[in-house]
Amino acid sequence: MTQMRNRVDPQTRSWSRRAWLRLAGLGSLTGGVALASQGSAAGQLDVVSASALDHLGNAMGPVGRVSTEFFDPTRFLRTWNFSDLPAEERARFYRETPKSDGTTLREYQIFAVDREIEIAPGVFFPAWTYNGQVPGPTIRATVGDHMRITFVNQGSHPHTLHFHGWHPPGMDGSLPAHQVMPGESFLYEFDAEPFGLHLYHCHANPLKRHIHKGLYGAFIVDPPSDVSRPPADELVMVLNGFDTNFDADNEVYAANTVASFYMQEPIRVQVGQLVRMYVVNLTEFDLINSLHLHGMFFDVFRTGTSLTSSESTDTIMLCQGERAILETTFRYPGDFMFHGHQSEFAELGWMGLFRAEGNRDT
Amino acid sequence: MTPSHEHGRDGGAGRVGRPRGATLWALAALPLVLLGGLLGVLFWTGPLDAVRGEAYPPVEELVFQRVELGPEGIVATVLNDGPDPVTIAQVQVDEAYWSFTAEPGTTLAHLARTTLTIPYPWVEGDAHALRLVTSTGVTFDHEIAVAVETPTPDARFFGVFTLIGLYVGVIPVAIGLLWLPLVSRTGRTGLDFLLALTIGLLLFLFIEAGHDGLEAAALAPSSFQGVALFVFGALAAFVGLEMVGGWLRARRRDTGASEERGWILAQMVATGIGLHNFGEGLAIGAAFALGEATLGTVLIVGFMLHNTTEGLAIVAPLAREPVRVRRLLRLGVLGGAPTIVGAWVGGFVYSPIWSVLFLALGAGAIAQVVVQLTRQVVGEESVAAYMTTPSVAGGLFTGVAVMYMTGLIVG
Repeated sequence: MTQMRNRVDPQTRSWSRRAWLRLAGLGSLTGGVALASQGSAAGQLDVVSASALDHLGNAMGPVGRVSTEFFDPTRFLRTWNFSDLPAEERARFYRETPKSDGTTLREYQIFAVDREIEIAPGVFFPAWTYNGQVPGPTIRATVGDHMRITFVNQGSHPHTLHFHGWHPPGMDGSLPAHQVMPGESFLYEFDAEPFGLHLYHCHANPLKRHIHKGLYGAFIVDPPSDVSRPPADELVMVLNGFDTNFDADNEVYAANTVASFYMQEPIRVQVGQLVRMYVVNLTEFDLINSLHLHGMFFDVFRTGTSLTSSESTDTIMLCQGERAILETTFRYPGDFMFHGHQSEFAELGWMGLFRAEGNRDT
Repeated sequence: MTPSHEHGRDGGAGRVGRPRGATLWALAALPLVLLGGLLGVLFWTGPLDAVRGEAYPPVEELVFQRVELGPEGIVATVLNDGPDPVTIAQVQVDEAYWSFTAEPGTTLAHLARTTLTIPYPWVEGDAHALRLVTSTGVTFDHEIAVAVETPTPDARFFGVFTLIGLYVGVIPVAIGLLWLPLVSRTGRTGLDFLLALTIGLLLFLFIEAGHDGLEAAALAPSSFQGVALFVFGALAAFVGLEMVGGWLRARRRDTGASEERGWILAQMVATGIGLHNFGEGLAIGAAFALGEATLGTVLIVGFMLHNTTEGLAIVAPLAREPVRVRRLLRLGVLGGAPTIVGAWVGGFVYSPIWSVLFLALGAGAIAQVVVQLTRQVVGEESVAAYMTTPSVAGGLFTGVAVMYMTGLIVG
C-alpha cells in the first residue's frame, strides 16, 4: 500500500551514483567560473536568492479554501449535544429529560457512516465518521446524568463506541464481542462520571485504522451545578491528523480536522472574557501532540477532573488520548497564533489564530 | 527500378485476382475503420467502466520532469503518467504546506503537463523535499539533493556549459588523438594489440551506454516506453551506420580511392563516440543545472583519463594511412564536440527521454563500429582464431581493464 500511494521520484536516485560523482568533479572545475557553491562552502549564504523571496512574505500554508457546507470548524468549536441544529432536527439526535433526582436523562442517536471529507483545500480523505463528521459530535453532560446512546452502524465495517469514564464492562465497546456489525445497532447506557474532559472513539480492530479514519469525538462531563466552572466562552478542539497515503505518517495535522482552517478563519474571542478550551488529543501515529498559545499564558486542568489548576503555562503536551481544559483571558485585542509546538505539525496544518476583539478596559 | 517493382506487385497480388489500387487501399483500411468504430462505441457507451468497477480509486501517477530553483522559488514541471486525470491539491516543501501557482492548471489529463511555481525560500547547498498531494491524498515525492540556483540560458552559462563540454569531451578526446604517431609506428603485432584494445574500450562503452540508457529509461515516464525506445534507437543507429558505411565503401570503389578505408572507419568510430558523448553531455548538463554537482578534484582527473581512451579508439584505424592534421581535427570535433551541445541541451531543456534516445543512438553506433573494426582486423581469419592470438586477447583485456580502472576513479 505504501508503495502504491507514496511514489518516490526515481529521478532522485538517478544521478546518485556514477553520473553524480562524475559531476562532482566538474563542480571543482567550473567553480571558479560561475556555478559551484563556493559561497556556501565558505559559510556564506547566497543572499541573492534569499532576498528575492522576501517580498513574498508568509507564503506558507495550503492553497485555497475548503467547503464548510458539511462541516464548519468554526461552528464545531461551540457546538455540543447537537446545539447547532434547529430544535426539530436536533430532537432526532438528542433529547434531554429531567429526572426526579435532579439529574438528566440524555438520549443520543449516533451513527457510523463512511464519508469522504475535505481535510485540506482540495484534499479528500475517505473517512469513517460518527454522524458524517470528523471529529464526531461533542457529547456533553453533567456528572451523574444518565446516558442512553443508541449507536447504529451504517458503515462498511464493524464499529463501536468506546467512552472514557466510569461504566460497566459490557458498555466498554472494546472487545470483539462488543463490535457492532454493519447494519446493526447497540444501546450504550451508563452514568456520566467522573466530571472532566473525556473522549469517545471506536475500539473495533484494527484499532489504529478505526481511529485514524475519523471515529472519535470529545465527551465533556461538567461538574455538579453547585460547584460549576465560571461562565466562559467555551471552545472544543480535537487535535487530529490524517494519513492520506496510508504510510503510517500523517500528511495533514489540524485542530478540528481542517488544515490551517483557523489561520484563514481566526477564532473570534472577546478581550477580558474568560475563554475555556476543551483540548483532546486524538492524533494517531505520533506519540504526542501539543498546544502552544502566543503572547499569553493559560491555566491547565488536566483531564478536567479537578477545579483547581495544576499549572500555568503557554505550552501543554498531550499524549494520544490525553486531554486538558485550558483557561485564559485575552488582555490585548489582535491576532494571537496557536499551534502544535512540533513545528512539523504546525507546518502541516496544525496552526491557527485567535482574533481578540473589544477593548482592554471594557 | 520500375519493372521490378511492378513485378513484385504482380507476384504478390496474383493469388487474389489483381485488385486495383483503390481496392488495395480499401482492404488496408477496412480493419482500421472497424477498429475506429469499436473505439468510438467504447468511448460513447463506456462499457469499460464495468470492467474497472466503480469502487476502484483512480490510478494516479505523477512524474517530475524538471525541478528548477530560482529567485522566484522552486519551479517544478510535472507530467501525468497515469491513465486517469490527476488533480494536484496541495504542495508540501520540507513537510510544510506551501502556496503555489500552477500553469496551466492543477488538473492534468493523461500525459498533460503543468508547471508549479512554489515561492519557497530554498537554502543554497541544502537538500529540500518536494511533495505533491493529490485530491485523493496520494503523494508524489521529489528530492532536491543539493539546492543550487538553476542557470538561465544566458551567454555566461552557455560559456560554462561549453567549458564543461570541453573538459569532458573535447580535450580528453583530443589528447587521445595524439597517440596517432605512436600508432603509425607500431608493427603488425603492436597494431593488432592497439586495435583489440580499441575494441575492448568500445565494448566497455557499449555496456556503459546500455546501462546508463536503461537507467535513464527507468526515469522517463513509463508511457514513453523508455526500454523499447532505447533498444530500437540503438538498432536504428546500427542499421543506419551500416547503410552509411556501405554507401561510403561503394563510393570509394567507384572513385578508385584505396587509402580511404581507415579514414572512413575512423570517422565512423568518431561518430559513434560523438553520439555517445552527446548523451553523456545531456546527462551532465542536466544534473549540473539541477544542482546535483559538488566539489571533488580527484574525480575530474579520473574522468579525463577515462575519456582520453576514446581518442585512442578513434585513431587506431588510421595506423597505416597518412593523416592530415585537418582530418585529425575533424575527428576530434566529431567525437568530442557533441558533449558541448549535449551539455547545452541538457542544461536548459532536459528530460530523461532525450538521454534515453541519444544514449541509444550512441550504443547502436558503437556496436556497429565494433563490428566494423572486427571485420577490418580479422580479415580472412575466423573471429575465434583471431581473438585467441596473444596480442589481440591482451589488447581486448587491456582495453576493458583500462576503462574499468579509470571508471573506478570516476565512480
